Amino acid sequence: MSTPASSSPARDAVRFSWRSVVLPQRNIDTDQIIPARFLTTTERHGLGRHAFADWRTRADGSPNPDFPFGRAENAGAAILVAGRNFGCGSSREHAPWALADLGLRAIVSSEIADIFRSNALKNGLLPIVLDDTIVDELLARPGLELVVDIAACTLALPDGRTFAFPLDAFARTCLLEGVDTLGYLLRQDAAITAYESRLPAHEESTHAR
Amino acid sequence: MQPRTLFDKLWDAHVVVPETDAAPATLYVDLHLVHEVTSPQAFAELDARGLSVRRPERTKATLDHSTPTLPAGADGRLPYASADAQAQVEALRRNAAKHAIELFDFDGGERGIVHVVGPELGLTLPGTTIVCGDSHTATHGAFGALAFGIGTSEVAHVLATQCLLQRKPKSLAITVEGEFGPGVGAKDLILHVIGVIGVNGGTGHVIEYRGSAIRALSMEQRMTVCNMSIEAGARAGLVAPDEITFDYLARTPRAPRGDAFARAVAHWRSFAGDPGARHDAEVRIDARDVRPTVTWGTHPGQVAAIDARIPPAADADTAKARDYMGWSEGAAVAGRAVDVVFVGSCTNARIGDLREVARVLRDRRVHPRVRMLVVPGSERVKRAAEDEGIDRIVRAAGAEWREPGCSMCIAMNGDLVAAGQLAVSTSNRNFEGRQGKGARTVLASPLTAAVCAVTGEITDPRAFLSTEAA
Ligand code: SF4
Repeated sequence: MSTPASSSPARDAVRFSWRSVVLPQRNIDTDQIIPARFLTTTERHGLGRHAFADWRTRADGSPNPDFPFGRAENAGAAILVAGRNFGCGSSREHAPWALADLGLRAIVSSEIADIFRSNALKNGLLPIVLDDTIVDELLARPGLELVVDIAACTLALPDGRTFAFPLDAFARTCLLEGVDTLGYLLRQDAAITAYESRLPAHEESTHAR
Repeated sequence: MQPRTLFDKLWDAHVVVPETDAAPATLYVDLHLVHEVTSPQAFAELDARGLSVRRPERTKATLDHSTPTLPAGADGRLPYASADAQAQVEALRRNAAKHAIELFDFDGGERGIVHVVGPELGLTLPGTTIVCGDSHTATHGAFGALAFGIGTSEVAHVLATQCLLQRKPKSLAITVEGEFGPGVGAKDLILHVIGVIGVNGGTGHVIEYRGSAIRALSMEQRMTVCNMSIEAGARAGLVAPDEITFDYLARTPRAPRGDAFARAVAHWRSFAGDPGARHDAEVRIDARDVRPTVTWGTHPGQVAAIDARIPPAADADTAKARDYMGWSEGAAVAGRAVDVVFVGSCTNARIGDLREVARVLRDRRVHPRVRMLVVPGSERVKRAAEDEGIDRIVRAAGAEWREPGCSMCIAMNGDLVAAGQLAVSTSNRNFEGRQGKGARTVLASPLTAAVCAVTGEITDPRAFLSTEAA
């Protein structure tokens, strides 16, 4: 579904051309992304069918014409552009699981909530924060082919205008090199053991039980 | 050494490997709290990799989100909302048993909402780091602990390594001076604060609440304030520990005893901001400006004083929120008919909250239009309330007295508000559909909620208090 923008294989893993789909609302919280009634699962797969469950239909049960996912012209769209403060609220990782399951690879907003951003990165979903003016333009023009370069941390419009977005160096390495973060932490065992030898005694007694 | 904030000290004390440009810090987690909804996939990851839990004794599990709040039937079976909900509970039982993790289960008398159980048992200690796959972990910050919510991938990290990779957030001081007026409490304060700084006002920050008005709050009230830090977008909320904190801890069953307690207090006292320590930002609030406050919209920053009117819709989002909630433009907040009142959640279901509700309900009846649910935060809270006769007052008033759990706060256990109904809730989120598809939520303090239950409409608790005094 994601088409490499460059024919050079070496560039494939860093540069993607993704078509945009748009949800202009601000403060889209994780209860909207996946309502709590779908959290009784013990799996992390297959949640895409519940994404935005309450926005898909109108009160009478008919399909909501304003809801962009599921419309033919948005099939294969991989980059979601949304209003400010996307992903606020609950820490449920089910939200990025559901979005990734819809085929999304990146979220663009002028602000993305902290826990959602952290969860998204752990699931290969790239959080892209850009200025309000450019996000407003992208919100007004759905269906654009946007070229995202993960190595350069840039997003380019079809007219060639290119915007840099912030991406933590470690997160960038993880995305580019597929670093296993749990494996990375496990390799710090010696430092963790040394730290544990200094833990306050009163905490050890409180928790020992 | 440079003067350090409380947050600086908590951070520094838990760095296992310092942060660099290339990598975040490795931060040690003193206490990891686990519940049934955000943990099964993390345990599955451990299993898939053949890993064990590094510090099972520093991991505590409870059952709260998917659990019924009605007691077991005649057949001894709990009325789960779905087979999935029951399967989730059973998965946590299996995982806890397999990894020797203490689980607060139905038969132990200590089960309850994760953020109610940790503090009341004395597991939540000053100067520690606490995480949970739950955004309201911020609650524990009331004790001067750095406590924040994490995702399920990170739950697996902490289970396996007792550590997390974290960049240090910024620090925001919220200083509240002065005294609150009658009918105004911790919930009104935090709703007011979110209204002032906005639902993203704390993004990227840890908030430290300080000032004379914060110092005067009880531990339970400080928990209410810290709990909703996430509703302002903040990672965590903090209050420096003081005598009120130590007195509270001394009465918990698991906090250190005797000499160990005295040594612990000396350690805890060091977790206070140094004079002159710098925060990245500061907001000042005058306690006298805080009125009884409720939300009118579909996020916790859309607040109004209870004697105010619905603000004009400045943009499409506010108009949409107003329409979802069924308000007409310029309507008075007070006087709107109420269908449901929910007293519960990790924000306001501790004994002090229930006492406040009982004070209103004593010798009164819930309005015939209103369905009222009172859900204690934990088994211990429930027992304490029943010892004081609060359950009888609640029942005599015509409200339902339930078993502990998250209940209508998240509405995933079958406790629902019907589409189109208006609920006044002591919980923390008024998002669209949070309490059931199409449900409309007005967040309020326990006092305001109880008064609304009696009058059947949104009511200024000060008017009620003045008739009580007369
Ligand atoms: S009471 Fe509500 S906010 Fe608190 S832990 Fe339960 S679901 Fe989350």
